[in-house]
Amino acid sequence: MSSLLLLRHREISNLNRLDIYVKNGGFKAFKKAVTGLQPQQVIDEVKTSGLRGRGGAGFPTGMKWSFLPTNLWPHYVVANADESEPGTFKDRELLEQNPFQFLEGLAIASYAVQAHTAYVYLRGEFWQQAAFLDRCIAEMQKAGYLGDQLFGSDYSLRIYTHLGAGAYVCGEETALLESIEGKMGQPRLRPPFPAVEGLYGKPTVINNVETLANLPYIIEHGAAKFMQYGTAKSPGVKIFSLSGSVNRPGNYELPLGSTFRELIFGLGGGIPAGHKIKAILPAGASSSIILADEKALDTPMDYESVPALGAQLGSASVIVVDDSIRMDWLVNKTVHFFRHESCGKCTPCREGTYWMSHLTEKIVHAHRKEDVQLLNTVARQMQNKCLCALGEFSIMAVMTAIEKFPEDFTASKGR
Amino acid sequence: MNQTATKYAREIEELFAKYPSDRKQSAVMPLLHLIQRDSGYINKQAVRDVAEIVGITPTEVASVVGFYTLYHDTPQGKYRFQICNDLPCALRGADQFLVDLCRALGIQPGETTPDGMITVEAVMCLAACDKAPMFQVQGPQGITYHENQTVESTLQLAKDLAGKEVKA
Repeated sequence: MSSLLLLRHREISNLNRLDIYVKNGGFKAFKKAVTGLQPQQVIDEVKTSGLRGRGGAGFPTGMKWSFLPTNLWPHYVVANADESEPGTFKDRELLEQNPFQFLEGLAIASYAVQAHTAYVYLRGEFWQQAAFLDRCIAEMQKAGYLGDQLFGSDYSLRIYTHLGAGAYVCGEETALLESIEGKMGQPRLRPPFPAVEGLYGKPTVINNVETLANLPYIIEHGAAKFMQYGTAKSPGVKIFSLSGSVNRPGNYELPLGSTFRELIFGLGGGIPAGHKIKAILPAGASSSIILADEKALDTPMDYESVPALGAQLGSASVIVVDDSIRMDWLVNKTVHFFRHESCGKCTPCREGTYWMSHLTEKIVHAHRKEDVQLLNTVARQMQNKCLCALGEFSIMAVMTAIEKFPEDFTASKGR
Repeated sequence: MNQTATKYAREIEELFAKYPSDRKQSAVMPLLHLIQRDSGYINKQAVRDVAEIVGITPTEVASVVGFYTLYHDTPQGKYRFQICNDLPCALRGADQFLVDLCRALGIQPGETTPDGMITVEAVMCLAACDKAPMFQVQGPQGITYHENQTVESTLQLAKDLAGKEVKA
């Protein structure tokens, strides 16, 4: 038995082989669902478990599934493996090392909403992972875990991979769907939401890789067992991608509600010698910046406590920043990213990220007070006006950096 | 039948099987990936061919080529070394790595070595933030990741790729 729920491959070698996965309880949950549970029972169990989307938004998974109308068919399930947030690299590990648990979760989700076709949308850079998944899917089909009349029932399911080609915005649900349909990955106006009008105009569920990887455990052991982990409002475990100024960067699986201190100074081995922790971006480049004081370090990392610090848990990509780093340099980096990745569809984001990038570039070199004020103004003008979260989140680091580290935007010493 | 359709007849059939029969447009991106891998870039004729195969306009195909960063419409080095220097990688020395690598190769970021083998580019986050400096190589084998790199290990890789070229 493994003490980990998601990163089980770290304790069971070769778990990315079908025979080893099956030997360690693989596909028990999917079989249990298909042969012993009504789709609605699967949805109810996941609702009860309190599982929330692990891709960033934290939306309750069971509830998301229940929005699909039962008078419109077919239904589709799409796994979001577009992992592109700077600082996030958890799904990639799952795809490489524990792919069958993810695929079993995808199969369970598909059964729950009675989809007979599911797609895995991978970012184009995950070329090798897509080829590997294709082999895994073929093996599953051969072994009778995919195909027609599964486990003697009348349920059938097929899974296909679809590669993106380098566009962060495709992690946004509706942009992702556009991309599968063979178009530019630009977000759609919502409503209608994908649950009603998604892929090819049909009801569609889109779930993150890590979210799906939780499902076999929940179905096999029940919601109550899953809820033993984490907190009352944020049950379960989470993979934290730890990066930046830290001795042991990497993915760490912890119950939700573990503190920043446990992650950064416990598992992560602390800050490199000679430096002190200065700030934390808990949700990648889309984060508000947290001043890393004692109170922040002792804050539980869950969906309720991190917002109390004025930030979000997001996909739990914790970027650690030490005291050698200046915030003007940092936001120049994040803003450059968003400017590059803005899809160009809505004006506030297209023009806003352009102007923010223009200004941060200037500030890094000249530190003029007027430019900092203008940067703040541009960021606030974008707020609540963008078509999707890309634009909305591009301003978080900018506004919080100026607010919490104003001195970093004036002097020109250091980096 | 156009040239692309003939060359990839089997692959196209497999691709169409993944999507509903009236949704052939979904095969645009995988088809472009095949052409990009084999030709190093996507020229105007390929755009017209793909449009004909899936039944959309060349303009629509061109919009896809232009939108996604992994598709290129001009030829560059045979291998594109795409180095991530986004925030997490930069915190682990990726900016300096990029500068040092370019200096060692005698080119600027975005340029190609005189033998036409290697283009060095800075790219956005590649989901390998804990293993910087890192880059991906886009080339005839598709895309491969190279993590925890140094200038020395990267130059060695460049040499190995060039050696493979001579043998082939």
